[in-house]
Amino acid sequence: MSPETVRGTRGEDREHYTRAESRAIRRRSLRLLGSILKPLRRLVLLTMVVVIASTALRAVGPTLLAFGIDEALPRAVDQGDWWPAIGIGAAFLATGGIGAALVGWYVILIARVTQAVMLELRMRIFRHTQRLSLEFHEGYTSGRIISRQTSDLESIQELLHGSLNELVDAVLLGTFTLIALFLLDWRSGLVLLGFGLPLVVLMWWFVRESQKGFRSTRVVSARLIVQFVETMTGIRAVQAFRREKRNDAVFGRVSDDYRRANVRVIRLFGALDPGLILLANLTIAVVLLWGGLRVMDAGLAIGVLLAAVLYVRNFFGPIEDVAMFLNSYQSAAAALEKVSGVLEEEPTVRDPEAPVRMSAARGELSFEGVRFGYASGRTVLDLAGDEQRDLVLPAGQTVALVGTTGAGKSTLAKLVARFYDPSEGRVALDGVDLRDLAPADLRRAIVMVTQEAYLFSGTVADNIALGKPDATPDEIRAAARAVGADAFIESLPDGYGTDVNKRGGRVSAGQRQLISFARAFLADPAVLILDEATASLDLPSERQVQDALQRLLADRTAIIIAHRLSTVAIADRVLVMEHGRVIEDGTPGELIAGGGKFAGLHAAWEESLA
Amino acid sequence: MTTSHADTAPQTQRLSTLRALARLLPFAKPALPRLIGGLIVGLAAAVTSLLIPLALQYVIDGPLTSGDRTAFLWAAFGVLALGVGEALFVFLRRTLVLTPAAAVEYSVRQAFYRRLQRLQVAFHDRWQSGQLLSRMMQDIGLIRRWLAFGSILLVINVTTMIIGMALLFRWHWALGVGFVVCSIPIWVVGWRFEQRYGVLTRTSQDQAGDLATAVEESVHGIRVLKAFGRGGHALGDFERKAETLRATEMSKAREMGVIWFWYELVPIMAQSTCFIIGVVLAAQGQLTVGELFAFFALAAAMLWPMGSLGFLFSFLIDTRTATDRVFEVFDAPILIEDPAEPRAIAEPRGALAFRGVHFRYPDAKEPEADLIDGLDLVLRPGETMALVGATGSGKTTLTALPTRLYDVTAGSVEIDGVDVRELRLEELRSLIGVAFEEPILFSASVRENVLLGRHDLDPGSAEADSVLREALDVAQAGFVHDLPDGVDTEVGEEGLSLSGGQRQRLALARVVAANPSVMVLDDPLSALDVDTEALVEAALRRVLSGTTALIVAHRPSTVALADRVAVMRDGRIDAVGTHGELLRSSEHYRYLISSIEEEGRR
Repeated sequence: MSPETVRGTRGEDREHYTRAESRAIRRRSLRLLGSILKPLRRLVLLTMVVVIASTALRAVGPTLLAFGIDEALPRAVDQGDWWPAIGIGAAFLATGGIGAALVGWYVILIARVTQAVMLELRMRIFRHTQRLSLEFHEGYTSGRIISRQTSDLESIQELLHGSLNELVDAVLLGTFTLIALFLLDWRSGLVLLGFGLPLVVLMWWFVRESQKGFRSTRVVSARLIVQFVETMTGIRAVQAFRREKRNDAVFGRVSDDYRRANVRVIRLFGALDPGLILLANLTIAVVLLWGGLRVMDAGLAIGVLLAAVLYVRNFFGPIEDVAMFLNSYQSAAAALEKVSGVLEEEPTVRDPEAPVRMSAARGELSFEGVRFGYASGRTVLDLAGDEQRDLVLPAGQTVALVGTTGAGKSTLAKLVARFYDPSEGRVALDGVDLRDLAPADLRRAIVMVTQEAYLFSGTVADNIALGKPDATPDEIRAAARAVGADAFIESLPDGYGTDVNKRGGRVSAGQRQLISFARAFLADPAVLILDEATASLDLPSERQVQDALQRLLADRTAIIIAHRLSTVAIADRVLVMEHGRVIEDGTPGELIAGGGKFAGLHAAWEESLA
Repeated sequence: MTTSHADTAPQTQRLSTLRALARLLPFAKPALPRLIGGLIVGLAAAVTSLLIPLALQYVIDGPLTSGDRTAFLWAAFGVLALGVGEALFVFLRRTLVLTPAAAVEYSVRQAFYRRLQRLQVAFHDRWQSGQLLSRMMQDIGLIRRWLAFGSILLVINVTTMIIGMALLFRWHWALGVGFVVCSIPIWVVGWRFEQRYGVLTRTSQDQAGDLATAVEESVHGIRVLKAFGRGGHALGDFERKAETLRATEMSKAREMGVIWFWYELVPIMAQSTCFIIGVVLAAQGQLTVGELFAFFALAAAMLWPMGSLGFLFSFLIDTRTATDRVFEVFDAPILIEDPAEPRAIAEPRGALAFRGVHFRYPDAKEPEADLIDGLDLVLRPGETMALVGATGSGKTTLTALPTRLYDVTAGSVEIDGVDVRELRLEELRSLIGVAFEEPILFSASVRENVLLGRHDLDPGSAEADSVLREALDVAQAGFVHDLPDGVDTEVGEEGLSLSGGQRQRLALARVVAANPSVMVLDDPLSALDVDTEALVEAALRRVLSGTTALIVAHRPSTVALADRVAVMRDGRIDAVGTHGELLRSSEHYRYLISSIEEEGRR
């Protein structure tokens, strides 16, 4: 587990971490990567073998040519023996051809690995963000999740895709070359080793600095995405309130930060790369100098010196590729840190460890000593006091919640839908604590329709079918007809097949509510919660929905939150709430007769109709 | 080059790719001198790195063999100098190219965002925001990397290759011809690759955009998904999309694999052919062994530039596609913009008139009637008009017309006798304030959200504060004072952490604060409870006394705010009159407004 300060997405925007924090973050990233690569290990192994084989084959080529010129050529010229030359030409073509084929294969293999990792990561993030509680989403913002899913994953993809073969190439070639050099001339080998020290220092410096740099690019790119997504989602308000110029400036600032963060890391790389070249060339010069002096003192054959110099060049040749690898590695590591952070977040509303199955719920709801407050400490719902320690809504009852904004009505509804869990006490369905109920059964039994009637891109039918994915077209139609949505849907260009477009842009708010009603009726739950679900409907539509409700709510429990008291008319029972408590409880008739708060509201409402 | 047909084909193809990329020139222009400088230095670095082996050759053949110590030291020093020079050139190349490339990325991104903000709402209806997002991040980022890295490397490597090929002729024409002829497959394969890979790249970038959209929807619609426990369903959908993308990526990889294969193989084929030719020539005495060795040394130096072409080529095509995608936005016409010769309203009175207005969405099908079908409605200055109609009758669409979020397809909307299309957008939109059916709040403080339309006010000033207070007052948004930081509390993204009623009141406060001559309010009180609604109405009445207002209303209480009521039906105004008049004269109005009332009375 990470230290508190960096657990999950906490401390995500920071650039500097303590040693312990860094270690924890790195460990969590590697754990994630390891867990993803584990099932792919055969594929990874095969890829490794292919890349090593292709490297080896490609290394054979120059040797063959050299041999050809040294051996086969003189024999062809001097002795007229053509076979060695032809043989070498063929062998060269064969090794090169197989090497090239292996390279091609490698490209495909590494793509398979990369894509498998990407798919797995995408799915994990998606699944996990869906599991996370609303509380998390309300704080983290969608833009950041989107940036985790898009631009962060992009960096990881680049690492896997791009530079792995270069790294293998470099490491293999480097090792072989170093060994060969020592065997050939250990003094030159020592020179190379001596320059290894500044090489390591340079790389270490780069790794450390670029880590900070890449962290900040991840943070800033998320901010960029947040700003962008918000502007595009709210484009109507942006234009209507002439926000464009201001936004230009805001986006310009973030975008400039992003540019700066990018420049910072590229500049690091821009120092690393020539630094490596300089080291390589210095090494060559020193080897040449020392070797040359020894040649002149007759301590070394010219051929050996020539070979030594070539080896040093070969050693440093692919070092630039290593630099590239380090670069994308750091970029991907920074991205992986953020991604693993999101994945480490624990849902506050947790799935039960030993879920209780409930194939058919009756729909009795009970609140036992329930209290709810946000993490900040403010208590917004308190049913634990007074006489309502145990509030029971019997199966089949239609209950209306009435009260001003902030009275706790929506909170109560959200507890029933298990968007939140109570801070104290328990909410139970048919006597089973919601926290113990199998999630699938809970969702089948309890459905909530909110005021925000979100439509997903796809057809109207798709959107209704969300209530019951395996519904037949007839069932979908029947549900729409029941809530009176049928007529308007049929009048759409393609009827039920009409694409609702981006964010349901072409369907009015009232129509969206009708669609989400149809969705809820199709789901056919034992408990239905309607939170301001009819607010945007015109009166005839609302009446139709009410008629439908009366029929449909007959055999199920319903909690209705509505500002319009007309809805209350169909309720069996009214709970009047204030400051998180239930202050009146009774049938509409009783309460009106009782002359309390509800009676007052009702009178005011009647007046408003006149 | 040879004159084979295969040679010219990629030429024309590449030209079009070049032309596609040339559209970036206006953005790249300020960076061009440094980019070209970087290119030159890059070439210098390449040349220097080629010179080093030559210098080594010289050292070994010259002073080292002759034993001239001084000459050797000088020569060794020369090698060192070349080495330092190469590092310096590379450093210069990177330094020269880096900042301008990032600046180009910045200016493309900024222009992209600017453009999107000014494109009409109809454009945004059509485009999923995930698609826009992937263009803004991935595609524009790719363009930067191409400018800083790919383009320069491509030029350097192609130049190296061409120079190298020309040099190969130095020793013997047959060797050069052999090498060039054997290299022909590179062009053929390249041409074929561009055709197929280009399509795949486009598909994959589009699919990545779809995936981003799916992510976005899954987060924005999280409440619905949770309420119905449909996370799994959404996951399945997402998985399908992700799988499709993976399949496309794999097709891309297969194409890449083929081209890498060819680009590795071709130089080897060329070399082995040349080896045979060389041996024959040497046997005939036309070539010395030393020359043959030199030939291969040079051919070996060309291996990497040739091999890298596969990668650079696909990079080029990726960038081209990215550029295409970005320019789809730049090329989309801005249909709603300032008129060429704007008129101004010196003394706005707030007379709003719809005259023979027709409107249909651009993608409406032929047989459909216009959504707004010849609508006439005149609001007197200062008048409050309620707009009543059945769900889907076109009321919301109508509210988008005065501010020109959409333009009428026929007829006109006038304000104080001036067609709204003759006003500058800035002026028009400051004259008219809108509250949308669904309140849109931004991730910013309550203060900023409410004062969104008041650019004229200094945010910290006393006047701004009083406007803010007044607006919050009218909208009964006193709850903001209970928020952790009062009016400076950041309301979450799109104001999600507030309840529907709270968001609606902030959106209302925003319109009030904007202090427009005309207010267009789309069902502004739907999410309010009865008590609050009554308070808001009382306050609104005061504000509305001097302001023209068009209010979409669903309930009698909202209608009660209005001086007159217009009944909308089938895209036209059916009847206009006071509530009482209409109750008597319009059956449709009675149907719309009094059905619940009757029920309440029952």
